[in-house]
Amino acid sequence: MSLDRRAAMATLLADRGDDLLVVPGLGSTCWDLAAAGDNDRNFYLWGAMGGAAMIGLGLALAQPRRRVAVITGDGEMLMGLGSLATIGTQKPANLAVIVFDNGVYGETGMQPTHTCSGTDLVSAARACGIGTCLDVQDEAGLADLAKRLKGLNETLFARVAIDPAEPPRVLPERDGVALKTRFRAAIGAYSSP
Amino acid sequence: MDAAVSWPDQLFDTLKRGGIRQVGYVPDAGHARLIERCCADGDIRDVVLTTEEEGVALAAGAWLGGQRAALLMQSSGLGNCVNMLSLPRIMMMPMLMLITMRGEWEEFNPWQVPMGSIVEPVLALCEAEVLRARKPDEVAGLVERAVQRAFGDERIVALILSQELIGKKVWTK
Repeated sequence: MSLDRRAAMATLLADRGDDLLVVPGLGSTCWDLAAAGDNDRNFYLWGAMGGAAMIGLGLALAQPRRRVAVITGDGEMLMGLGSLATIGTQKPANLAVIVFDNGVYGETGMQPTHTCSGTDLVSAARACGIGTCLDVQDEAGLADLAKRLKGLNETLFARVAIDPAEPPRVLPERDGVALKTRFRAAIGAYSSP
Repeated sequence: MDAAVSWPDQLFDTLKRGGIRQVGYVPDAGHARLIERCCADGDIRDVVLTTEEEGVALAAGAWLGGQRAALLMQSSGLGNCVNMLSLPRIMMMPMLMLITMRGEWEEFNPWQVPMGSIVEPVLALCEAEVLRARKPDEVAGLVERAVQRAFGDERIVALILSQELIGKKVWTK
């Protein structure tokens, strides 16, 4: 069984609260995040493949009183698999890395990713020392993940089995400076020595 | 303490004064002392990476969250960062890199030369401002300027620490 990506994103972000900061991967999860409703506390990625989880880590360490959700795809996660080891070393309590795993590279023509041929992201995350690692296969699992995300209190990794359909693209802002500025303003993040 | 001994401590003091709160690194002999100082400091989060490009993304996240970060690497690590450096370029955010050189002076490993020899052109293509310290007494002033340029002008700045500065004996211990 696998879940609809747009519905899954909407479930995870329902009543998200001002303390939730979201970083998607480039591609489908970015469009899913935009489709769930624009928010100043989203930092959309249009590039930097393999970097989403680490952006989440830097953000989570800088903002320990806010929750950070990285919601990326299996292809993007595979490119930055080492970052799971880095996150497992740091273990910030306010970071969730959620992978929408549809087994394909949706942006480039639906070619299979390594998860299709056996790479198990949940086992990889667990082996990297991340405390809570979930394999979400159905609505009940998704509801449990949404609840855990609300009350996030330890590093969490979740792989969500996603149906490999390609819903229409919903394109968010793509000006990196504008996205950065509105994000920092929204959370009152000003760097001071 | 003479300058030859203390330049890594000067680097640390300047990062500290500059308000750096996250330091990403892949372990490196040339940065050993600086890494040790960062790990021992309660206000600096030391983040050991599996590859240097993780550090670029880490710094972007830190900046989005209002913290300053620095990335320590060896020259070979720059090659691992190239696509991820799109982030600070597209965001126009500060990116401070301290790069210890390999493959340029008394190098015993020829495999360090191909990447070491293209560090400066690669940085230039990535629109980084490049500073280079060759002697111990140049380090304090240059790192001060690197921090000021990176965070004052919100751009990519790389301070290259020449292999000559680090010394030959470090590699043969």
